[in-house]
Amino acid sequence: MQWETVIGLEVHVQLATRSKIFSGASTAFGAEPNTQACAVDLGLPGVLPVLNEQAVAMAVQFGLAVHADIAEVSVFDRKNYFYPDLPKGYQTSQMYHPIVGPGDVEITLEDGSTKRIRIHHAHLEEDAGKSLHEDFHGMTGIDLNRAGTPLLEIVSEPDMRSAKEAAAYLKAIHSIVTYLGISDGNMAEGSMRCDVNVSVRPKGQEAFGTRAEIKNVNSFRFVERAIAFEVERQIELIEDGGSVVQETRLFDPDRDETRSMRTKEEANDYRYFPCPDLLPVVLDQAYLDHLRGQLPELPADKRERFQNELGLSAYDANVISASRDMAEFFEAVHSECGDAKQAANWVQGELSGALNRENLSIANSPISARQLGELISRVLDDTINGKAAKEVFQALWNGQGESADEVIDAKGLKQVTDTGAIEAMIDQVIADSPAQVAQYCDSEPEKRGKMIGYFVGQVMKASRGTANPQQVNGLLKEKLDALL
Amino acid sequence: MYEKTLTQLAAALKSGEFSSRELTAHYLQRIEQADGKLNSFISVTAEQALKQAEVADNARAAGNAGPLAGIPLALKDIFCTQGVKTSCGSKMLDNFIAPYNATVVEKLNAAGTISLGKTNMDEFAMGSSNENSYYGPVKNPWDLTAVPGGSSGGSAAAVAAGLVPAAMGTDTGGSIRQPAAFCGITGLKPTYGRVSRFGIIAYASSLDQAGPMARSAEDCAHLLGVIAGHDGRDSTSVARGVPDYVEGLNAPLSGLKIGLPKEYFGDGLDPDVEKAVREAVKVYESLGATVREVSLPHTHYAIPAYYVIAPAEASSNLSRYDGVRFGHRCDNPSDLIDLYTRSRAEGFGEEVKRRILIGTHTLSEGFFDAYYTKAQQVRRLIRQDFLDAFEDVDVLMGPASPTPAFDLGAKKDPVSMYLQDIYTIAVNLAGIPGISVPAGLAGGRPVGLQILGTHFAEAQLLNVAHQFQQATDWHLQRPAFAEEYA
Repeated sequence: MQWETVIGLEVHVQLATRSKIFSGASTAFGAEPNTQACAVDLGLPGVLPVLNEQAVAMAVQFGLAVHADIAEVSVFDRKNYFYPDLPKGYQTSQMYHPIVGPGDVEITLEDGSTKRIRIHHAHLEEDAGKSLHEDFHGMTGIDLNRAGTPLLEIVSEPDMRSAKEAAAYLKAIHSIVTYLGISDGNMAEGSMRCDVNVSVRPKGQEAFGTRAEIKNVNSFRFVERAIAFEVERQIELIEDGGSVVQETRLFDPDRDETRSMRTKEEANDYRYFPCPDLLPVVLDQAYLDHLRGQLPELPADKRERFQNELGLSAYDANVISASRDMAEFFEAVHSECGDAKQAANWVQGELSGALNRENLSIANSPISARQLGELISRVLDDTINGKAAKEVFQALWNGQGESADEVIDAKGLKQVTDTGAIEAMIDQVIADSPAQVAQYCDSEPEKRGKMIGYFVGQVMKASRGTANPQQVNGLLKEKLDALL
Repeated sequence: MYEKTLTQLAAALKSGEFSSRELTAHYLQRIEQADGKLNSFISVTAEQALKQAEVADNARAAGNAGPLAGIPLALKDIFCTQGVKTSCGSKMLDNFIAPYNATVVEKLNAAGTISLGKTNMDEFAMGSSNENSYYGPVKNPWDLTAVPGGSSGGSAAAVAAGLVPAAMGTDTGGSIRQPAAFCGITGLKPTYGRVSRFGIIAYASSLDQAGPMARSAEDCAHLLGVIAGHDGRDSTSVARGVPDYVEGLNAPLSGLKIGLPKEYFGDGLDPDVEKAVREAVKVYESLGATVREVSLPHTHYAIPAYYVIAPAEASSNLSRYDGVRFGHRCDNPSDLIDLYTRSRAEGFGEEVKRRILIGTHTLSEGFFDAYYTKAQQVRRLIRQDFLDAFEDVDVLMGPASPTPAFDLGAKKDPVSMYLQDIYTIAVNLAGIPGISVPAGLAGGRPVGLQILGTHFAEAQLLNVAHQFQQATDWHLQRPAFAEEYA
């Protein structure tokens, strides 16, 4: 039987506010346990929450970026359950009236095709603390630094049909929130976490299959792997005559599998009700307009502009626009050198390769956009050839010089375009290679094109790489053909 | 000194008749002598009080004393007080020393008042008799076999007995007004949002409100002026200016329109209480007020609606008492579930457990709409009843409680206890202010006249109450118990 996979994602994005969603404590990552938890975060008797306006603004910005309806009135509810790292015994969330209503996101797949994924809603809530199970000899340590960190939970419709689409969706969300600057998007530090709802159904069937919710899928790669495993598990189960039960499963990246956590019967009754300590959030049009006016150019708009106005391929435009830092770096390189294709090639090729090798983000690139743009300019105006350009790049990367020109001068990499000088070198090479010349002359005309490569190589070697390869090529052909 | 009202004490401190230190020592001595019989205090902070008094005296000497500087007060043990045990009347918090001050406490400290200690109360403010305290019941100074009312029973009894000139209480369904009535003092529940709830241990967040309990409306006016106002730490506190409550006390009442809700004079009302209330209304007529009957048609839904909403909020508010971070923790828990269940089973009393169970049930899946949603709809109707009534009249009057103080141990059945609050509970659901003023005695026990106004009408209520107290002396009468101690 042909099966179809149906996927929906719940993405928890930690908002980059300075203080917590309901208290003044800092949200900075990595502090000593329980040093960033105030009386409100500890849930001490008598404390009250006060909503952080910045969190509201960030949620609204996200909503505007995904063309969503922003709720005029949204309400915080209490989700009641007991857990040691949940200090109040409830999580303050938005169950019934979320701040961000239905919207959509366009995703781009590897083949450059696009698809629209609908967003059901997004709501604000507070994060819980962390339970630390190591180092406490039969006890559990509780760190409440994270308790009260603002989260935006973005819930998609079940619109994805493959693991690749799910990963592309997650990347699209990642790039929107980082573009907006509302999250650092750091998945390793838990700034973005993902629960995946997966079900399968026979191809052509209208009704959804029973879904499993996979928790704790915290990287783009894990999303694909967890879905791949889960889809296979569900199909096998059904084909063996069994049926999928609605349950929560945990993805184990070490064993590359999902495991049952709890079934629907074991699920908590969270007893949601409106939080009486917080007033409804009422937003007026002027506030929304103000925030709309502050939105940066978003990835989808950039992608379109890169393609339509700068002539980048769909693939290049998509890759470069995915990260705001990369897109801005690219634009700076482009404005320096004036050639979008070259700028894209260098940013994605040489620069990305070097950054990956040294595990650096583009924001920390040792070579600046201006330096790279100038380097490209020198290739474009024939000051240096491609080979020399790579050498200049490496030198700039290593900090050996302030500018491309400085490196070119210092290393004597300026391209030799003096015809007389090149001809002299060619004559020498021809004189030194009688056997190859004879072979060239004896060959069929169509094979000579290939054979000329040997001579070009020799001449470039003689010039220590500074000769203009096109020029060498042309002159060589003239001179060899004259010997026929 | 104890026979003076807070207003008189403030004047005496100002004129130098005695110092705050002398006054504070006087009350501390009375507490030491008398409170063994009343049990109105959970903690007495004598040393700290005397230090505060010294500071107040110094401030006065330096010419920096505010009007209430040096006045001793007591705080219901529901207000968080930095460095002092804040038990909320519960074993659960018997070991809890608050690391911060409630906003009300901060404001009182800033005004230079002295805290003598923390008063007894029904556990987590759940009760109408003060019999639900982990620290034992409080006795009514008018009759030591009677309850003082609840949940702010300790505050009411202490003021009535002259152990402190005034005290702070909280009122979720009548917890200031009913004990004030039972103990023959004046107690004001302000409009929801008038006083910050920050640092007040929550029972039912949408209903809780702090207010003063004192000898007179004038005393309450002084105190409300200190504690009222917007607080950035409580989102439900209202950003609205605080009027000078003392200034308006003497406005004449001619032309005042009084409404008597007919539902407040029906079955179950003690005839002596009714008589006292009607006498009080006559006093108002003699002051130039006009009286008419009005109707609050949804009154009989108030108790059922309250006993859905308040326990629902309480079940959630009290989830934080889990034995993990503070409060009672059972010995040697075998695992997490054992830690939770035993800590909570041991730490909470019967009534608290009952309300947690009720609230957990009414919020659970399948019951939420039938109970919680419906109760909220009823709540809106009740609120509307009052708003409609205030279209026609300025204030409403009636009894604060259907009976005078009942005997200790008399009400074993929780529902009969819940019915005690029949005249007070709707006020919290509507969020309006109410004041109880002494209006006579029935069988030797005080009767409270309840006066209700529309939202933020505290100044008017205090004016109306004060004028009654200018014309009568019920509020100045004291139980014999108070006179037994020098």
